[in-house]
Amino acid sequence: MEDTVKYILELKNVSVSYSPGKQAVDNVSAGIQPHTVTAIMGPSGCGKSTLLRAVNRLHELYRDIRTTGEILLKGESVFRMNPMQVRRLAGMVFQRPNPFPTMSVYGNVLAGYKLNNISLSQAEKDGIVERSLRSVNLWDEVKDSLNKKGTFLSGGQQQRLCIARTLALKPELLLMDEPTSALDPISTARIEELILELKKQVTILIVTHNMSQAARISDQSMFMYLGELVEFGPTKQMFTKPRDKRTEDYLTGAFG
Amino acid sequence: MRHTLEVLNQDTSQPCDRSQRYNPTDRKVTTQQIVMLRPGRSQRYDPTGRNATTQQVVTLRPGKPQRYDSSRNSRRIKDRLFFYLVCCCTFLTLIPLFLILWELIQKGYRQFNLGLFTQVAPTSMEAMLARISGDALPGGILNGITGTLLILFVAILAAIPLGIWVGIYLAEKGERPLARLVRNLADLLQGIPSIVTGIIVYIWVVRPMGGYSALAGSVALAVMMLPMVIRSTEESLKMLPASLKEAGLSLGGSYASVMLRVLLPSAFSGLFTGSLIAISRVMGETAPLLVTALGAAAINWDLSRPTSSVSLLIWEFYNDPNLAPLVWSSSLLLLLIILCINLSAKSIATKWKTQ
Repeated sequence: MEDTVKYILELKNVSVSYSPGKQAVDNVSAGIQPHTVTAIMGPSGCGKSTLLRAVNRLHELYRDIRTTGEILLKGESVFRMNPMQVRRLAGMVFQRPNPFPTMSVYGNVLAGYKLNNISLSQAEKDGIVERSLRSVNLWDEVKDSLNKKGTFLSGGQQQRLCIARTLALKPELLLMDEPTSALDPISTARIEELILELKKQVTILIVTHNMSQAARISDQSMFMYLGELVEFGPTKQMFTKPRDKRTEDYLTGAFG
Repeated sequence: MRHTLEVLNQDTSQPCDRSQRYNPTDRKVTTQQIVMLRPGRSQRYDPTGRNATTQQVVTLRPGKPQRYDSSRNSRRIKDRLFFYLVCCCTFLTLIPLFLILWELIQKGYRQFNLGLFTQVAPTSMEAMLARISGDALPGGILNGITGTLLILFVAILAAIPLGIWVGIYLAEKGERPLARLVRNLADLLQGIPSIVTGIIVYIWVVRPMGGYSALAGSVALAVMMLPMVIRSTEESLKMLPASLKEAGLSLGGSYASVMLRVLLPSAFSGLFTGSLIAISRVMGETAPLLVTALGAAAINWDLSRPTSSVSLLIWEFYNDPNLAPLVWSSSLLLLLIILCINLSAKSIATKWKTQ
């Protein structure tokens, strides 16, 4: 019983299928401790993103996707919580930066509040915008252009804006779906630094197929293959002494 | 790991056979070429380059012209021919368009004056007297302009909100049987001849109301606009990346607030241009109005009474030899308005386009 309290996110026999009989994620169980960075690695199509999206119940938007098993967020089943509440607790950053095109930088940061119909005073708004943008190291770059459209920023800035937008709601868990795969190396490096800083505030679950990125930023790693969680453990150990042959093969570049 | 080196000619990208594979000592190969390095044993040419692991552009030593040069001339001729054909066809379609505009301007400019906008249509007698004395015809088409505005306004009020709601449903739940049915019906509705729509509305509205009315005209135009609005809403919502909706929802927004605050504003330019185009299409409709709004000699703002419209006036002028000169000026006006709407729809589509 103590385990459930220790973990901020606990997956118990989670399976996801896109069509009956075809498991994209097969019976995955794992526990994530607070204030850690967990990388999910694996070749394309192995179910990394699918697993991530099961956590904040995004699969419910689509027909035919079935999620089974149990996902506990802070000890509470996400399936018994209101999906909107789950998604506020577990914020998500997507592969491609997707600031809302009709909103300004300022509006984008506050979008979560607006979408949740939470009214704020002007001072509160300014505070949240500044704090969120500072926490993603974007404030100095955009403080003079807060009223410009978010889509005018560069790709890396847009992605940090999207992280700020998610952080503005003070989530406990940050789900990142290959957040740097659409970015150049410099922007990627900045996001990686950011992830290490954010660890103090939130728990991060990051999907990546960049192994060196996983090695640089994560405390623990999951290796998935064909929907199965092959190995889950401290990153250092996985990269130096992988327990499973398939992990070793993948890490040494034999497939994938 | 073995690599196969292959050469693709950059200019022609013609499939090369084995004899043309990259060979550093081959003096026949010239200019810049793309070299595909790919792993494995397969020696087959891969035109998509999808299996290539790296792609490099290398400059090869100059030498004799290449083998496939012989085919280049015929290719260039074919290319040119195709291009001229395209230009020709474009020009041919432009001729009638400009002739129409020219004809209207030439015949209509004399009557295109302030009176056109400030006076109601003249009677046949007034027009005849003016013609005998050689003056420009008195009167204008104010009753038609106000009628068109009234009928269109009510039609827009009915068709656009309804069309947008249905469009949202189709974009979101498009695979449901009901949605499929609605989509097919909307497509079908677009193909119904406008006179048929008019007659149906005559039975639905004019008969029960006991007479022709502006409202009946609005209903007919709304029925014609509806499928266009539905389909343009659906299409512009489907154009949005799925990640936008997911981003909104993963911030904890409810479905309704994500739709209203993120998706609809993002699709706004599409919705707006779609609606404008629908408006401009029905603006010039005459047949359905003939059997619903009928027409009136005076300005009418009462929805329950017969009302004129610009297009109905054109029809009336056409049927009266004394009034015939007014056909051109009113047609010109109608054409200019529709042209303006279309052009602004285009500029909005490009200017307000998000992303």
